[in-house]
Amino acid sequence: MRDVLLTVVRGLGFGSVYALLAVSFVIIYKSSKVVSFAQPALMLAGAVLVSYLAGPVGFYLAVPLAAVAIGMLGWGLERTTIRPMIGRPVFVVAIITLGLDIAIRVVVNVFIGPDVRNVGDPWGLSTVDVLGLPVQERYIAMAVVLLVVGAGLFAFFRYSRYGLAMRASSLDQETALVQGVPVGSMTALAWAMAAGIAAVAGAFVGAGGGVDQSTWVIALKALPAIIIGGLDSIGGAVVGGLLVGLVESFFATYQGEYLPFLGQNFSLVSPYVLLLVVLLVRPYGLFGTREVERV
Amino acid sequence: MTAVREPSKSQTPAAAPAPAEAKGRRPLGRPLLYTAYGQDMALLNTGAKKVAVGVLLVVALLLPFLLEDDLLRLLATGCVLAIGAIGLNLVTGYAGQVSLGHAFFIGIGAYTAAVVSGDPEDDRLYGLGITFLPVWLLAGGLMAALVGLVVAPLASRLRGLYLAIVTLGLVFLGTHVWNEWDAVTGGVGVGRPAADPVLFGVDLSRRTESFSADQQLYLLMFVLLCVFALLGRNIARSAMGRSFAAVRDRDIAAEVTGVDVRKVKRRAFVISGFYAGCAGALLFSITGYLDPSSFGLLLSVQFVAMVLIGGVSTISGSIMGAFFIALLPRLTRELPEYLPFLSSSATETPNVFQVETLLYGLLIVAFLLLEPRGLFGLWIRIRNYWKAWPFSY
Repeated sequence: MRDVLLTVVRGLGFGSVYALLAVSFVIIYKSSKVVSFAQPALMLAGAVLVSYLAGPVGFYLAVPLAAVAIGMLGWGLERTTIRPMIGRPVFVVAIITLGLDIAIRVVVNVFIGPDVRNVGDPWGLSTVDVLGLPVQERYIAMAVVLLVVGAGLFAFFRYSRYGLAMRASSLDQETALVQGVPVGSMTALAWAMAAGIAAVAGAFVGAGGGVDQSTWVIALKALPAIIIGGLDSIGGAVVGGLLVGLVESFFATYQGEYLPFLGQNFSLVSPYVLLLVVLLVRPYGLFGTREVERV
Repeated sequence: MTAVREPSKSQTPAAAPAPAEAKGRRPLGRPLLYTAYGQDMALLNTGAKKVAVGVLLVVALLLPFLLEDDLLRLLATGCVLAIGAIGLNLVTGYAGQVSLGHAFFIGIGAYTAAVVSGDPEDDRLYGLGITFLPVWLLAGGLMAALVGLVVAPLASRLRGLYLAIVTLGLVFLGTHVWNEWDAVTGGVGVGRPAADPVLFGVDLSRRTESFSADQQLYLLMFVLLCVFALLGRNIARSAMGRSFAAVRDRDIAAEVTGVDVRKVKRRAFVISGFYAGCAGALLFSITGYLDPSSFGLLLSVQFVAMVLIGGVSTISGSIMGAFFIALLPRLTRELPEYLPFLSSSATETPNVFQVETLLYGLLIVAFLLLEPRGLFGLWIRIRNYWKAWPFSY
């Protein structure tokens, strides 16, 4: 029982990070109908920036600073490479983001260096006693960040003018334009927000273990999460992220015991198996809008 | 004559054009005037193409006697990559099914071939001991095609970016399998010998009396590329290619006009898998060794880059793109001479390997932004400029 609970806690902890990443994918998808393969690079850039800033200004200030800086980067990317592609097939734009991802990662890797870089988080691997369970503090921090960011996003989309404008332009760009919504700026804002959220997620991916040149792969685990949740649902992305975290955590704990033939480290690819299974059953994800096509 | 009789008359066999008539005869002195559909759809439908292809073939066959061995090896790799790129272009360019899983199919082909040709005495690795090239080549291709057939139902249920993400998932699952299945792959960091290119008792990867190993490999890969390119071009210009394009452009409209969309997608994946499997089988027989870490996302991205840089839905473009990507490392190795701050050692920054990876990324972005038709498009621009010269259009 204890094992199960600890597995659940770990799953929800990492799941929160995946959920954050998934939310960043979904925000971009809703604004420009593109899956941004640049998120891994933005996440890594955020983590590395935090690792450099945490020394001088402290971790708690470094995270928002990095989020703003990477947000600016995301805004710049949208302006220079995504904006000229309006009207072109989404696949082409997705491949552009793939190219951006590779290019940014090369630069970021220079700053990471060959070793693991500590992001300077205050938790490390230390644990705190919750109802008799030794829970790692970083998992609690991850869950708290998801709650804070999630609540912030909810308030933003529900109560602010910009949130309303973004929802309008994602619903129907032309109509939004007619109503006076600057659709282009909203797309740029979406990119900035998504990049900022990815940067925050990056900081927490590095919490405890640090980041190295292969950490970017973690961001791709958000892809199963958004597919499971449906590409255009932020709530679905959160659920998907947590689900991916749980599945991965359970495989990490029990697969070696019950399904040893799947090989070591199967937990790392288990999200993709989950993805295949969900898509075979429900091609539009659990919460996605079913596409209706007219000829 | 009544109106009722007219249609029945046109249906009589006599009204069908005779074969010679269908092919038509070109009027003398009017090289661009087509008098029949067959002429327009011909493989080499203009005189310029006939000359250019002929010259290219002769030059390519003379190259082994003009170039150094290391360059030939690079060109041989380029030929094999071109086979893989044609495969990806058929499924992604012609049929519009975005696949980021090409590395997975390449891996299947490479390992199937390695197992078929492997040493049966070796108790660490599986091996059947059939080193005859056509056998392991076809085995690799067919195995990958079979897996393509298994994956295809996913493609017929999903479209667009959903499919891209699922195929990306395949790459990760594939990497896991390669890392774990030691009996086939040799395991991480150990690897296994690749298939031996043996043709009629001659191991082409060893030097013989008259040719060096690289000359033989280049010629072999070049001939195979010609075969696969011709096959690809014929697929593209036949009814199958047109059904691919119909599904790509508007799948619902295609279905309405009688194209069986599921079948077409399945065919596209099977054909693409076959090409990828063959390319994978050949790719590692050049270096003679393969490691599970070769089949990651970067390989898929490289193939996507070949297709995009070369030119989407063109066979010649895929070949140009493949050679471009194959020669890119060699070009970046030359850079430190001109840019002294670049280092050619992997431990210092900035070094040429970083520049190389950076270039993959930036070239993809630059080509998509500035010349979406890729190198093929650049060629079309140059051709049209000189065709209309001295007028601007």
